[in-house]
Amino acid sequence: MVKRIAVIVPAYNEEKAIAGVVNEINALDFGNEFKITIIVVNDCSHDRTAEIACRLKCILLDLPVNLGIGGAVQTGFKYAYENKYDFAMQVDGDGQHPPTEIPKLLKHISETNADIVIGSRFINNIGFISTFSRRLGIAFFKYLLRLFCGVTITDSTSGFRIINRKVLAIVSEIYPDDYPEPVSIILFRRNNLKIEEVPVIMCERKGGKSSIKAFTPLYYMLKVSIAVFFTYIRNRNKN
Amino acid sequence: MNNVVPVKIQIIAIVLSLGFLAYIGRLIVKGKLREEYSFIWVFGALILILFSFWREGLAVIAKLLGVYAAPNLVFMVAIFGIFIYLLHLSVVVSQLHEKNKKLSQEIALLKNKIEKIISDKTEK
Repeated sequence: MVKRIAVIVPAYNEEKAIAGVVNEINALDFGNEFKITIIVVNDCSHDRTAEIACRLKCILLDLPVNLGIGGAVQTGFKYAYENKYDFAMQVDGDGQHPPTEIPKLLKHISETNADIVIGSRFINNIGFISTFSRRLGIAFFKYLLRLFCGVTITDSTSGFRIINRKVLAIVSEIYPDDYPEPVSIILFRRNNLKIEEVPVIMCERKGGKSSIKAFTPLYYMLKVSIAVFFTYIRNRNKN
Repeated sequence: MNNVVPVKIQIIAIVLSLGFLAYIGRLIVKGKLREEYSFIWVFGALILILFSFWREGLAVIAKLLGVYAAPNLVFMVAIFGIFIYLLHLSVVVSQLHEKNKKLSQEIALLKNKIEKIISDKTEK
């Protein structure tokens, strides 16, 4: 049976990179095993992102107000869940996640019993591995998440991930708003889902801005820590 | 009685607090303030009116509670009340945020469905 995969591309002011990302994904060959559909979620960009995206071979979800990365990706999850896709994956619209790495994640999730597969920069440490301060933050989250959920996630801020339908059911209902990547890991663990990582190579972003702004790393760390703590408490009774 | 409010300021206080109450009433009538958020303002206005008429009230209550200086009682009660109400407003904002998010997502999904229906029709 052909497995249907929704590739969710959240885009906020990505007019320069979006066409490249979508075309590159469409150019990949997955044989008869997988059928890929690209879902571009335009998070109320004020450049020509929507205009460009609607001419590409993809489904465009156009948000009327800016929701931030979490809300945008969740819109894609909702679409994927409603339309009965088998897997959903997130690929950022800024060209940071090279489409050629997609098959790695796809292969891993279809061949193992993992519910979530995260593409990690820090297993082999090759390619673009971000700035020093960002790496420091990621190391901090690694220990924080190990403390709260007893698994080691080397790249918790990576948005390059694939989930199965079981996870889709959960995330289309509840998904953290901003900085969703590290926080969602604890949500997954609390729901007894199996998370695995595969090594990938990432690039530097081609355009757009990180959802983590340069001058707010402390705020980011604090907010994520609080969110992790309360997600832990909130979902305590599920285990 | 040296703790009693002078008459002049009492009249100003009465006029102002009655005016405040009237303004709240007007906002509710015009639909600019929802009833559920008006309770606290009506309540606050009534307290202001009470103490503008009852001149010795503040001193009496402060003495009753063992507060040394009566104005401290005013500050304490007011700040405490304001904090609680601010927290309540933060909760309201958070709820609105959540509802707003759901609505926007629903709109995006519906827009997509409508466009699909339209393009299916034009193909036929």
